[in-house]
Amino acid sequence: SSFDLSFFLARTHVNYEVKEDVAVIRMNDPNSKVNTLSVRMQNEMIEVFNEVLANDAVHSAVLISSKPGCFIAGADINMIQACNTSEEVTKLSQEGQKMFERIEKSPKPIVAAINGSCLGGGLEFAIACQYRVATKSKKTVLGTPEVMLGLLPGAGGTQRLPKMVGIPGAFDMMLTGRNIKADKAKKMGLVHQLVDPLGPGLKSPEERTIEYLEEVAIQCARGIVHKKILLTKKKGMMQKVQDYVMGIAFVRQQIYKNVNGKVMKMSKGLYPAPLKIIESVKAGLEQGPDSGYLAEAQNFGKLAMTSESNALIGLYHGQVACKKNRFGVPERPVKNLAILGAGLMGAGIAQVTVDKGIHTVLKDTTVEGLSRGQQQVYKGLNDKIKKKAITSFERDSTLSSLTGQLDYSGFEKADMVIEAVFEDINIKHRVIKEVEAVIPPHCIFATNTSALPIKDIAAASMRPEKVIGMHYFSPVDKMQLLEIITTDKTSKDTTASAVAVGLKQGKVIIVVGDGPGFYTTRCLAPMLAEAVRVLQEGVNPKKLDALTTGFGFPVGAATLADEVGIDVAAHVAEDLGKAFGSRFGGGNVDVLKTMVERGFKGRKSGKGCYVYTPGLKSKDVNPDIDDLLEKFKLTPNPSVSSDSDVQYRLVSRFVNEAVMCLQEGILNGPVEGDIGAVFGLGFPPCLGGPFRFVDTFGADKLVEKMRRYEEVYGNHFTPCQLLLDHAKDSNKRFHK
Amino acid sequence: MKWGQPLSLTLLVFSTTLAKPGVKNIVLVEGVRTPFLLSGTTYADLMPHDLARAALQGLLHKTSLPKDAVDYIIYGTVIQEVKTSNVAREASLGAGFSDKIPSHTVTMACISSNVAMTTGVGLITAGQCDTIVAGGVEFMSDVPIRHSRKMRKTMLALNRAKTLGQRLSLIGSIRMAHLTPELPAVAEFSTAETMGHSADRLAAAFGVTRLEQDEFALRSHTLAKQAQDAGLLSDVISFKVPGRDTVAKDNGIRPSSMEQLAKLKPAFIKPHGTVTAANSSFLTDGASAVLIMSEEKALAMGYKPKAYLRDFVFVSQDPKDQLLLGPAYGTPKVLARAGLTMDDIDVFEFHEAFAGQIMANLKALDSDWFAQTYMGRKVKVGAPAMEKFNLWGGSLSLGHPFGATGCRLVTTVAHRLLKEGGQYGLVAACAAGGQGHAMVIEAYPQ
Repeated sequence: SSFDLSFFLARTHVNYEVKEDVAVIRMNDPNSKVNTLSVRMQNEMIEVFNEVLANDAVHSAVLISSKPGCFIAGADINMIQACNTSEEVTKLSQEGQKMFERIEKSPKPIVAAINGSCLGGGLEFAIACQYRVATKSKKTVLGTPEVMLGLLPGAGGTQRLPKMVGIPGAFDMMLTGRNIKADKAKKMGLVHQLVDPLGPGLKSPEERTIEYLEEVAIQCARGIVHKKILLTKKKGMMQKVQDYVMGIAFVRQQIYKNVNGKVMKMSKGLYPAPLKIIESVKAGLEQGPDSGYLAEAQNFGKLAMTSESNALIGLYHGQVACKKNRFGVPERPVKNLAILGAGLMGAGIAQVTVDKGIHTVLKDTTVEGLSRGQQQVYKGLNDKIKKKAITSFERDSTLSSLTGQLDYSGFEKADMVIEAVFEDINIKHRVIKEVEAVIPPHCIFATNTSALPIKDIAAASMRPEKVIGMHYFSPVDKMQLLEIITTDKTSKDTTASAVAVGLKQGKVIIVVGDGPGFYTTRCLAPMLAEAVRVLQEGVNPKKLDALTTGFGFPVGAATLADEVGIDVAAHVAEDLGKAFGSRFGGGNVDVLKTMVERGFKGRKSGKGCYVYTPGLKSKDVNPDIDDLLEKFKLTPNPSVSSDSDVQYRLVSRFVNEAVMCLQEGILNGPVEGDIGAVFGLGFPPCLGGPFRFVDTFGADKLVEKMRRYEEVYGNHFTPCQLLLDHAKDSNKRFHK
Repeated sequence: MKWGQPLSLTLLVFSTTLAKPGVKNIVLVEGVRTPFLLSGTTYADLMPHDLARAALQGLLHKTSLPKDAVDYIIYGTVIQEVKTSNVAREASLGAGFSDKIPSHTVTMACISSNVAMTTGVGLITAGQCDTIVAGGVEFMSDVPIRHSRKMRKTMLALNRAKTLGQRLSLIGSIRMAHLTPELPAVAEFSTAETMGHSADRLAAAFGVTRLEQDEFALRSHTLAKQAQDAGLLSDVISFKVPGRDTVAKDNGIRPSSMEQLAKLKPAFIKPHGTVTAANSSFLTDGASAVLIMSEEKALAMGYKPKAYLRDFVFVSQDPKDQLLLGPAYGTPKVLARAGLTMDDIDVFEFHEAFAGQIMANLKALDSDWFAQTYMGRKVKVGAPAMEKFNLWGGSLSLGHPFGATGCRLVTTVAHRLLKEGGQYGLVAACAAGGQGHAMVIEAYPQ
């Protein structure tokens, strides 16, 4: 007979201790900062569970993590990615369902004691338990983020959640994937009891908080056994009414219809996961649990094989990679940061810096400009109070780290200066000279520009090794991306320091080489040039927006131009046009210039492609641009002007430019290219970024389309060499 | 005992004294307080200055102090009655002190009267004054409940309205929401957490059990009852309350049983918290007063001082997680200042805000880990010996009129030193805002 080795191997991930009549099951993945439901974790869990059930001295159990800040962060994604067919994934899901079914039907009550992230499979585990206690720690979040990976909660989540928090609540959780904090979870009925995080005592606060959570959970477990805590709560009047209403089939049908409609409107049908979630919930509620669990497992299997899920998981991994500092620890941490220019960008940078323990100086040249910027920072923090993310006291103490000023006093203490002044090389040169006269030798000079080459700006510097580009995206507090640009002369420590600051600010970071437009602006420019041509060819802005959002861009091309600013777009088009020549042509730059002359600078001026009325969400096309477009009218060529062709004309220019950036070494790799495009420019997340798109769509097919457009429009559509290489050899892929 | 005498000799005969060369000796001549009553009882119809006045008159009566012999009067209070915001002045005028004596009011939560006393010590040390009356008062039977901010804004605008039309339109703008009153905050302003909630978390952080807390609460009530019955609480004056009876005793002392205490549900953290109404101090009305003088002046006026007021410290820490740890931080610091160890102290009087808070502080004092991690000390100072600790009851049983407790603690140390024959006493207290106070008191040679 074969030896079962695992029997002799010590358990490393799950262990338990019997405290009188309660088994305390502790999870701790020794190889990771977080617990995931890996094969190992699951196997050991089943083993422990069997022992607990077999032990007559044990009447109940507590499930707890020994890791501060993490209960279970989710299932192990690699486990799913290792599968080759949807059947394999369905089987994984069914195994999970089976395990949680045993937990749910356990004759001995199990209390989940939650401290830290309880997400995905972790949440599904917790809601299979009989009772849940959670700490009110800021790190404690519950949620089902599967939808963001193009998946669904595949271990019973779609079946248990609607029963626990109601149908609308369950849809909200599963379709948005948002994190739910402990107190909200209690209100929703997701957890039964809350425990306060503790401060200093006879042990570290984290350690003692977990211990305290365990003590309370043990009390609960005993309470359930001794019937002091009843698992079936008496229903209140509201609950009874709600249950009655949800009991009506017609009402449920309306909800499915409504939710389906909302999903279709938001996702344009480009994301299969939300629809499958609705389908699975519906199957369970309308046809009973057997159908429900089966639908969940099968849909889970199907989703795991979709390109959308593959793209979204790729972005997830990319995002994790771009949250690390590959340049090492900087020699000295930035404790004092000075920002020049209190405009939208400058103040935005201050806003994301001041609450990270960095003393921030915001400098402007006028009292009016400075006040506006200070008000922006104040408002940003104040809005967080309204969302209950911080208290008014925290706002006040955070603001005490912000100094607003008009002069250079205190700059001798600055570790880093970020300039966000007007995009004009002469002004930037003047500023760099002024600043270098007052800052200490170790101070880094970062420039926030969207297109001016950093080496041109650094030309005015006495110490170019300390000069670096930090390209933030507007609005800074909302946009996750930070594009850092290094020149040949930028030192590694300067880069490490800039990345460290960006990470503190909560940014996802790509580090790219210097050149006109760097990476992001350079990709955007040809697409906008094409968009202008499309407008000139008689496609109205609304239609252009519909075509781009229909392809998966969260913001339409015309709206994007208005948001960026028509003046900025004109500026960039002209600068990059000069740098890259006719390849960057397409639409006539004069269209943009004329718009600027007429005061149509986009949202900021109230008019651009659209007219913006304050307080109104809907917007109409600016009627005054009709005659303007008429003046620059081009005759479209019907062979390349179908809706689909217009979409691919826009996208192929973007993608080709991205690939060229990799070819020229501007990009460090395709991962950063995808992350930059999605998080900075809104490239369709369902496509996973330009490089993932080429892999999935096929470089050959893309080249074929581009050749067709090239025939009509010339070198605007000439594929770059790297793209051609990939087209020739189908084994060549940007992502493994 | 004067500094400069051979140290070895003093050590042989008595223990040493904390007098310092070039620093005036400051003495506590007398200390009194009104009975501390549960709010809403016999004092219910008074105003804060009435209570303070009673304490001041009691002090005058007990010391036969001439009414113009005081240089300065300082009072501590927490919840201010807006009509008498400088309650020290209103009370001293009403108590018949000369109107030539300046008076001011200080506030520092539950250590307000400690600040009143140490302010006095400072004035004497600086040579500004010789004779100070310090005290504290709190009156929780009536607290300022305000109109809402919206309503206040409308009412203030009404004041400025010039025409009938303007007035009518302002009156017309009043909605139901305007009428919601604003109560004095029970929560810490910086953290929005109530003190009881913080105390419960503190107890949990130090692993203080419900049983320990109930036992300590019972001890406090039992000791207070014994002290009251034995007539040891000689600082309590009797007070004829206008329109009511004469009050001569604290009315919150209620020794119960562990079974009774165990029945109570947690008051703040439900359902698993450990702080209950019975192991917390209760809302109290009361006032206290002490007479502090330079030793020379006291002797010149023919007084027999009760104790020396020696080194003191104020400390502060994180108002969220260490709100009530003032004694743990203050005690080692003041001992170091005075050059004493825990063993040198004969009498401890710690303010008992919550039984859980006291137990947590004792555990913190007794922890090397806590001393090293949070106080930058190499070793712990150790916990006070319970046979020296709050032997005549404490805030849990006697009551805790926020602003008045500090003077009670100091006077009790002086009286206990006299009664028990010890040399050094230590006062320690916590306060809202994450602050704390500790003071060393030395017996006056009798």
